[in-house]
Amino acid sequence: MTLAATSATFRSWRQPSIIPGFGLTFGVAMVYLSLIVLIPIALLILRTTQLSWAEYWEIATSERVVAALRLSFGAALIAAAINAVFGVIVAWVLVRYEFPGKRLIDAIVDLPFALPTAVAGIALTAIFAGNGWVGQFIEPLGIKVAYTSIGVVIALTFIGLPFVVRTLQPVIMEIERETEEAAATLGANRRQAILRVILPTLVPALLTGFVLALARGIGEYGSVVFIAGNLPYRTEIAPLLIVIRLTEFDYNGATAIATIMLAIAFVMFLTINLIQVWARRRFGYV
Amino acid sequence: MSEQSLPALAAPATWRAPTAEGRPVRLLLIGVAVAFIVLFLGFPLLVVFIEAFRNGAGAYFGAFADPDTQHAILLTLLVAAIAVPANLVFGVCAAWAIAKYQFRGKAFLITLIDLPFSVSPVIAGLIYVIMFGSHGYFGPWLNDRDIQIIFAVPGIVLATIFVTFPFVARELIPLMDEQGTQDEEAAISLGASGWQTFRRVTLPNVKWGLMYGVLLCNARAMGEFGAVAVVSGHIRGLTNTMPLHIEILYNDYQWVAAFTVASLLALLALVTLVVKSVLEWRFSHELANGPR
Repeated sequence: MTLAATSATFRSWRQPSIIPGFGLTFGVAMVYLSLIVLIPIALLILRTTQLSWAEYWEIATSERVVAALRLSFGAALIAAAINAVFGVIVAWVLVRYEFPGKRLIDAIVDLPFALPTAVAGIALTAIFAGNGWVGQFIEPLGIKVAYTSIGVVIALTFIGLPFVVRTLQPVIMEIERETEEAAATLGANRRQAILRVILPTLVPALLTGFVLALARGIGEYGSVVFIAGNLPYRTEIAPLLIVIRLTEFDYNGATAIATIMLAIAFVMFLTINLIQVWARRRFGYV
Repeated sequence: MSEQSLPALAAPATWRAPTAEGRPVRLLLIGVAVAFIVLFLGFPLLVVFIEAFRNGAGAYFGAFADPDTQHAILLTLLVAAIAVPANLVFGVCAAWAIAKYQFRGKAFLITLIDLPFSVSPVIAGLIYVIMFGSHGYFGPWLNDRDIQIIFAVPGIVLATIFVTFPFVARELIPLMDEQGTQDEEAAISLGASGWQTFRRVTLPNVKWGLMYGVLLCNARAMGEFGAVAVVSGHIRGLTNTMPLHIEILYNDYQWVAAFTVASLLALLALVTLVVKSVLEWRFSHELANGPR
């Protein structure tokens, strides 16, 4: 290809600009992105070719892997559902009401983003273990949290809350008061206005936050391993099983589980995008 | 809010605006929200500090005398000191290329940059083990040359870079996109070089957003557990970062020492939250997505 032809295709791909530095910055960004993210992930996926389909299928459907994936998915689903309920309330309260300490509460919502997962893990275990802060009172009642799947749900609820709240907050802020006033003028009482006018407009953001929390929960490791007890088939999450396979130097086993989780993550990502496309059509906003 | 703006005369004691919830409902919702946040998020944070000081301040500060603990702190600082600047440079380059020019495939590129956020941290570690581990693609080659990446500091740095990859870029891209290209075009027309334009025009416009991204990137870099656990090999005094050291102390039943190290990271989280909140309150118009 001649130089002229190259620059012609280049131009049609990118609009001309007088600002210099595109080549340098784009080049640095692409090389770095490729080296750190794209090539390693591609090589991970390529690694599965060392397994035949039958072998891959055997790993994917083995009892221990299925149990781990089911726990990761199920616990993340329950945790995301809990967060969806409380996330709506927290986001609503933070946007609509004034009360002392509101800014503090608003800031603490981000704690799970800022607090290292291992710290969250040992703190939650200290609270819910049999001799712990809360555990010593609820365990005599027959409620065991630490080292059971309930513990996994607790840890994932802690991790997931900000996803729901932070997705909902800007949307609640954007709700036009006129629609609520119109509902009231047309004779709706407050409950009807909330259930039939306000909540439906929050559905896309709520679903997005729900899926974000779910996706994070399925992959979460640090906060869970301390409180889960990590019994095979019972309280062993999928990311932990990858770690176990690696310590056994079973790279193929680890890779197979990892690709299943990547596929799940991809489906989550597609779901979020579909929700947003649907929301844009239905409600006219993202 | 609308309740207060109405003339007091027209409002009997039991009247409320039809677009606001009644007082009992409001108080109930505030109570539920505050209780949930305080119990679920605030309480674990408090427990970290209480457990760390369980045996008094002497035991607390005594825990720092352990050379392995000191090494873990230093290693964490070192890893963050490499990973954060690396992602800062990448973030600025990516934001410049994506926000200041129009080209096809932009949305897809942004998706790729966000990719590390949707990957489990354990997988973030795994990909480097598959590449550089003893049974990995380049393992034998590296072995022959006595270069160790996995179970050594380079692996920890790589895994940390991966999990903190998008922070700076995803903060800068929308912000620089919002600000458009007129300022830069004016600077270039007036004879400034590209570098001068960036340093004198773009950088002052995005400095708070940049700081915001770096802050979050650093918090994650110092606190990352899963990805680092996979590549580190947990060698005390060599490849243990603070989060990994917490796990080792905890599994050794060194309860107070584990919570002491944890309290340092909790303190880091608190400082991060305070600075983040200050940035959001004071400079909300100079951050991506405008006022929060």
